[in-house]
Amino acid sequence: MPALESNGALAKRDFAPWTDRTLQPLLRIEGVSKRFGAFTAVDRLSLDIYQGEFFALLGPSGCGKTTLLRLIAGFEQAGAGRIVLDGVDLAAVPPHRRPVNMMFQSYALFPHLSVAANVAFGLKQEGLPKAQIAERVADMLALVKLEDLGRRKPHELSGGQRQRVALARSLAKRPRVLLLDEPMAALDKKLRGETQFELMDLQRRLGLTFIIVTHDQSEAMTVADRIAVMDRGRLMQVAPPAEIYEQPNSRWVADFIGSVNLFEGRAGDDGTSVEGTALGRLRVATKIAAEPGAAVWVAVRPERLRVTAAAPAPDQTGLENGAAATLVDVAYLGGLTILRLRTEAGVPLQATIANTGRLADRAVSWGGKVWLSFPPEAAIVLTR
Amino acid sequence: MRKLSAFNIATLFVGVAFLYLPIAVLVVYSFNASRLVAVWGGWSTRWYGELADDAPLLEAAFISLRVALLSASAATLLGTLAAVALVRFGRFRGRLLFSAMIYAPLVMPEVITGLSMLLLFVAISVDRGFWTVVVAHTTMAMCFVAVIVQARLVDFDMSLEEAAMDLGASPARTFMTVTLPLIVPAIAASWMLAFALSLDDLVIASFTTGPGATTLPIRIYSQVRLGVSPEMNAVCSIMVGVVGLAVIAASLLTKLSAARGAPARV
Amino acid sequence: MKRTLMKRSFMAKLVVRVPYAWLVAFFLLPFLIVLKISLSQTAIAQPPYTPVFDLAAGWHGLVSFLAGLSLDNYAFLGSDPLYVLSYLKSLEIAALSTLILLVIGYPIAYAMTRTPRKAQAISVLLVILPFWTSFLIRIYAWMNILQHDGPLNRLLLALDLVREPPVWLSTNTAVYIGIVYSYLPFMVLPLYATLEKLDEALLEAAADLGCPRWKAFWLVTVPLSAPGVIAGVLLCFIPAVGEFVIPDLLGGSRTSMIGQTIWTEFFANKDWPTASAVAVVLVCLLVTPIVVFQHQTMRGIERD
Repeated sequence: MPALESNGALAKRDFAPWTDRTLQPLLRIEGVSKRFGAFTAVDRLSLDIYQGEFFALLGPSGCGKTTLLRLIAGFEQAGAGRIVLDGVDLAAVPPHRRPVNMMFQSYALFPHLSVAANVAFGLKQEGLPKAQIAERVADMLALVKLEDLGRRKPHELSGGQRQRVALARSLAKRPRVLLLDEPMAALDKKLRGETQFELMDLQRRLGLTFIIVTHDQSEAMTVADRIAVMDRGRLMQVAPPAEIYEQPNSRWVADFIGSVNLFEGRAGDDGTSVEGTALGRLRVATKIAAEPGAAVWVAVRPERLRVTAAAPAPDQTGLENGAAATLVDVAYLGGLTILRLRTEAGVPLQATIANTGRLADRAVSWGGKVWLSFPPEAAIVLTR
Repeated sequence: MRKLSAFNIATLFVGVAFLYLPIAVLVVYSFNASRLVAVWGGWSTRWYGELADDAPLLEAAFISLRVALLSASAATLLGTLAAVALVRFGRFRGRLLFSAMIYAPLVMPEVITGLSMLLLFVAISVDRGFWTVVVAHTTMAMCFVAVIVQARLVDFDMSLEEAAMDLGASPARTFMTVTLPLIVPAIAASWMLAFALSLDDLVIASFTTGPGATTLPIRIYSQVRLGVSPEMNAVCSIMVGVVGLAVIAASLLTKLSAARGAPARV
Repeated sequence: MKRTLMKRSFMAKLVVRVPYAWLVAFFLLPFLIVLKISLSQTAIAQPPYTPVFDLAAGWHGLVSFLAGLSLDNYAFLGSDPLYVLSYLKSLEIAALSTLILLVIGYPIAYAMTRTPRKAQAISVLLVILPFWTSFLIRIYAWMNILQHDGPLNRLLLALDLVREPPVWLSTNTAVYIGIVYSYLPFMVLPLYATLEKLDEALLEAAADLGCPRWKAFWLVTVPLSAPGVIAGVLLCFIPAVGEFVIPDLLGGSRTSMIGQTIWTEFFANKDWPTASAVAVVLVCLLVTPIVVFQHQTMRGIERD
């Protein structure tokens, strides 16, 4: 039961076209497979992407995300399945005739052409009149804030500037879909952060559909309306970032995105508890979608674990799930602190606390004994 | 750790000296006023003067130049096509034979290729002369062109071609507007190589030529068989000078185009 | 990921077919003709061999054509020691020259890779430049030097290294000098190309693991330069076997190399069938190294 239908409740902005049953998706990928020799890169994958989405393909290397992108662009031929854009089956359309443009990871700027000529390249292929091309080029360069650099050659630009030229070039033809292949991989951290917001802004203003491939989780979470998490050619979950983080559909997704504490147990008879975990009996807030006695897992994000010096009083509600633990390691990251703990039974756990005060004022110390707990609402129950 | 040890420097020095000394000796003796090598008669340019009067030699030079121009151009065209086919067309039927026919002539002894081409021309009753030499040289040189251009194509950044197609250029337009401009240095270099090979070839020309189409190497060879002579020294020195200038000019040109951003690596 | 992008349009097919057709016509076909003529007899006619293949003669003509072919020429080659000796001498000279070329060329190529980056382009140019000069000229230059009263002997006498000027021309030694001199760029350049790609980090790793420089050279550099060595050796050995100009101008007349034998049979004796037979046997001898060469170079491309 692949939980690929997100209900839009955790959408990023007020924009969740995938929940509207009357809307046709802009891009429909149906049962697409691609093999390279004995290796299956994309495995019977189906996906709908809607007009105006900023869609991210996220996954570890080798998961097939880049292959999928290249299939949409037309640089690879699918072994099975269809890709339909705006109602048109793309199988018969060669890459140079698809209304799709790509921004390459290496930028692929033509070294023998100037910046302006690079941006104009796609427009020249359309046979537009010279004046119109010049105007569009100027618009594009202004859009990416490179107005005065039209005459320069690519090797005379910095990495960030080259990336903008690549972006301008790929937007010049106003494609239905823009594909971005790890566009920020070559930028340093600060530039990456700025560029992410600029990309989101651009996408919203122009009303285009972007599909970005990235292996960087925080990048996907920052820019995307929806993320498709992939592993070994298959979709694991497709949902807005908050939903993927707070409602992962499997242990794999829970573990892949961010950090997580996992407790294995059996579903209790009453439907809201899990028995036999490393922390004993755990209470959860939502009804468990499994038979009593079935194997389930409880996932708790590190920031939802409450760390106190001593066990709470029995009448304190909201802290039912708890255990004693020893503080094993502390990593101070400025904005937050990561605590590595071990329960008396030897189970390793991770907790994160925001540093709202100074480090010296903290009550916990290395090797010290603490009490861990979390409220039932923080528990995510996973059945696979 | 790129240090140049004393041994390395000595090796380079001896190696370069070995390569250039014979040519230097040749050039020096072309200015020897005396006819005899044993006697140094002082500096003189009389042999260069006598060259100007040597009509058969000049005609042979002219013929060699025309053969070289034609065969180099044809070889560059054919060789480039062959390179594109080898690198970009995947595994087409007959590829093995094709690559064998490209690589074998590179190492095949010239007497064999010359002999075989001559026998072909005789078998199809074609009169040997200027054009048979051109065809023979084209065949020989296109393999060198193919190898050079192919090496450049293998190194070529494919994402540039993909980007061009992504922007709407058909495969043919992509090749003309993106690939070709960037591999021009390799094509130019192979044209020059084909030119030099043709100009220099003795064996194949000897087999495939006919009356009235004596090339310069054939003429030089017939003189040289009889022994060393100062006129020959003069001819050779001129050729060395011309070629040296051409190669230096070519390498300067390549440096210039590289500075203007022709390399494929972004 | 193999990225085949070219669609098989008519124009695209031409790209393959035009050079293909040319090579079949002017490279493959001639070989078949050489083979055929090696099976023919000499004749005082134009062309000077029989039988002649006549398309117009029809089936009967074809039958009598095939009947006229024979292996007589090959038997003749085997029986006359002149030819066997010629083959052996060619192989011997080519092999020994190639060995000398490897021993001389490797240090030169290695030294070239050690020069600072900027100077490397110049050193490559210096090595290539003589190659661009006429082959004939360079051999002729050696004729100048190796003359009895030429500069080499004058130098040796002046340095008191010999009492009488030695004879250089028309000896095997002169042939070796000529081959090594002419083919040196063919050995140095492939070696240089391979050595240049060698990752410095590998040698640093060896040093880090306790390996002295000279040992690292034998254990790391030499094995990794094998492709270049193979390319250089084949590029020199194969053509050297069939060399004509060098032994003709610099060598003696006692035994000729196989290239000279073919030339003599063809131009002097006008014996086309025998010359063809000699050529066919030579190609057979060289087929194995040629196939190895082609296999080696194709592997370089396949690594795409």
